[in-house]
Amino acid sequence: MNDKKELKRELLLPGDLIEDEGVKPGRGTFKRDGKIYAATLGIKTVRSGYVNIAAQSGRYDPKKGDRVIGTVTDVNSSIWMVDLNAPFPAVLHVNDVPWRVEFGDTKRYIDVGDAILVKISNVDELKKIQISMDEEGLRKLNNGQVIEIAPSQVPRVIGRKGSMISMLKNYTDCRIYVGQNGRIWIDGPLEGQYVAVKAIQMIEEKAQVIGLTDAVEEYLKAETGKVLEVDKENV
Amino acid sequence: MADEDVKLIDEKGIRLDGRRFDELRPISIEAGVLKRADGSAYLEWGENKVLAAVYGPREMHPRHAQNPSRAVVQARYNMAAFSVPDRKRPGPDRRSVEISKIMSEALEEIVFVEQFPRASIDVFVEVLEASAGTRCAALTAASVALADAGIPMSDIISSCAAGKIDGQIVLDLGKKEDNYGEADVPLGMVPSSGKITLLQMDGNLTLEEYKQVMELAMGACKKIYQLQRDALKRRYSTSLKNFEEMADDTEEV
Amino acid sequence: MKELISSITKDYLYRLIKDGKRLDGRGLLEHRKLDIETGWIGTAEGSARVHLGDTDVIVGVKMSTGEPFPDTPDRGVMITSAELIPMASPTYEAGPPREDATELARVVDRGIREGKVIDMTKLCIKEGEEVWLAFLDMHILDFDGNLFDACGIAAMAALLDSTVPAETFGFGEDYPLPIDHVVIPTTFYKIKEQIMLDARLEEEMISDARLTVGTNEKGEIVSMQKGLSGVFDYQDTLFCIEKSKEIGDSIRALMKK
Repeated sequence: MNDKKELKRELLLPGDLIEDEGVKPGRGTFKRDGKIYAATLGIKTVRSGYVNIAAQSGRYDPKKGDRVIGTVTDVNSSIWMVDLNAPFPAVLHVNDVPWRVEFGDTKRYIDVGDAILVKISNVDELKKIQISMDEEGLRKLNNGQVIEIAPSQVPRVIGRKGSMISMLKNYTDCRIYVGQNGRIWIDGPLEGQYVAVKAIQMIEEKAQVIGLTDAVEEYLKAETGKVLEVDKENV
Repeated sequence: MADEDVKLIDEKGIRLDGRRFDELRPISIEAGVLKRADGSAYLEWGENKVLAAVYGPREMHPRHAQNPSRAVVQARYNMAAFSVPDRKRPGPDRRSVEISKIMSEALEEIVFVEQFPRASIDVFVEVLEASAGTRCAALTAASVALADAGIPMSDIISSCAAGKIDGQIVLDLGKKEDNYGEADVPLGMVPSSGKITLLQMDGNLTLEEYKQVMELAMGACKKIYQLQRDALKRRYSTSLKNFEEMADDTEEV
Repeated sequence: MKELISSITKDYLYRLIKDGKRLDGRGLLEHRKLDIETGWIGTAEGSARVHLGDTDVIVGVKMSTGEPFPDTPDRGVMITSAELIPMASPTYEAGPPREDATELARVVDRGIREGKVIDMTKLCIKEGEEVWLAFLDMHILDFDGNLFDACGIAAMAALLDSTVPAETFGFGEDYPLPIDHVVIPTTFYKIKEQIMLDARLEEEMISDARLTVGTNEKGEIVSMQKGLSGVFDYQDTLFCIEKSKEIGDSIRALMKK
């Protein structure tokens, strides 16, 4: 790994002063008396003039536009209540699904316990979350399984330029979708799913290993007996 | 509190457990020790053993207790039945209800509660072994657990007590010192700004003595703050190592 | 509030289990990593913290003296209780013990009581007047399934670690709590006709039936408890008992270390 890059990285704790000059306060920061401080525990990054803290823990904080995986917890005649692992349940309205649902006919389309791939369409000031399924790719998930990781680990499972997730898919012959809320949908041959789950658990547990991508690839090779040369720079 | 028969400091200024007047008992902190909780911390402080867990922000129950403009921080201080020499009956008593309340208020000061309307941030502290100073240990552990849970907050709170025994001002009273001493002042503060978030006192002090007590306690909070930071850095510094292998937070898949 | 699992994940688990496989790669009759640590609560007469995978419990024993029960005037008394504190799971709430906690405490209690683990006659101070009371308190810190085994093992380990505080109470020298037998509970879960040991949370959530079997070092059965709305057939119970003896022995061996 590149040592120089590593040195620049800094882990900040809540209340730590950010001394970079000429930056604006971004995500995970706050301003007090003209100075910028970290508001959450995380890694400092500076991009396009903003200083952000990439949180390393914590619950999913829903943001408009995020694609997430939810579990339906309740149904009534015009809405579904959906758990996203966020502070509050989200509401999916009958008008926001790709079907024309007659009043009271909701259960026939989506039922309690169903896993659904949705988009956050709005989060209002009271943190009420609205979601939608009316967009290409969004759907009810009919097969496979959903596992859960810490939302802060999502970028690790995806990997730099999607390298980790492509590798997982290629070795396990599974379809994998990583929701921004830390829920991951995996579908494919039973054996492949099993290996994919183990590999994702490995990513979460060994988050600190340098050369994680290579370590996971070693595991996938050993488990699946496949030899693939994935071009990690250009996937 | 006072009892003239028990000698708590010898001629050389050494206390029963071998400490000098300005010494803390040994403290060790570990962050991220529980699986289910969103954040957690385990702390040993002398013979004290406390575990803190944070859940949230999450939907507050009962609903009528929700605040439409901000989150409510609910701390629950609880002592295990076996944590004290005479078994404690399980469940809250007046003492633990009071400590829970002042802890909640102290922590609410640092949490950005306005970011989570209607939510609750629950802090559960279990005292597994108690030996004087558990509220300070609890508040110190709770702060680490909150940071470990990724809760947005302006600062970290550190806590320590000081008091008076055998007519002398000392830091961090031990069990016998607490029982037979003349005064005890538990303090919770934000070391970086000096803001006081928790303060209690019982016993008898002159104003001059109060100043000395506070000076000792505030100085100790700064040391404890460093231990809290070290615990959190130990838990997360490793996440820096493969940061370059991660997707950017703006990356779409 | 209830634990949440999606229907497709349930189906996946069922398919896996049908193949004799488990989420974490364990065999059906293999328990999770078991870690027993005794004696670290100084205020208790005996204590043990047990990690069973990610399930984390602590049991403390406190002793004091009091009156015996009228029907057992020459015997000590044991009182067991369990707290499912809200620290351990997002679904636990503060407040008086719920049914789950009460069942847990009673099942652990039964194993120790019926297994005659403690020689209660040695806990008599003055017949009919004063005997030792042993309080066994179970504190659940992290809940990831199968509290029965975690607590039962921790309780046994805590008792083995306990000292009767005779000196403090003015009854002569301290002595080790008199232990006659080592009872180990093992809990089996039935999911779609498969029987497995030591379910973790996701498995426990989809279990049809549960059977706890407590055995002693002689291989005798001392306590049983069937739970959940599903059923076992007679052959299943024989199988579980047989396995419980084996697994119990391996855990007993671990405790002697």
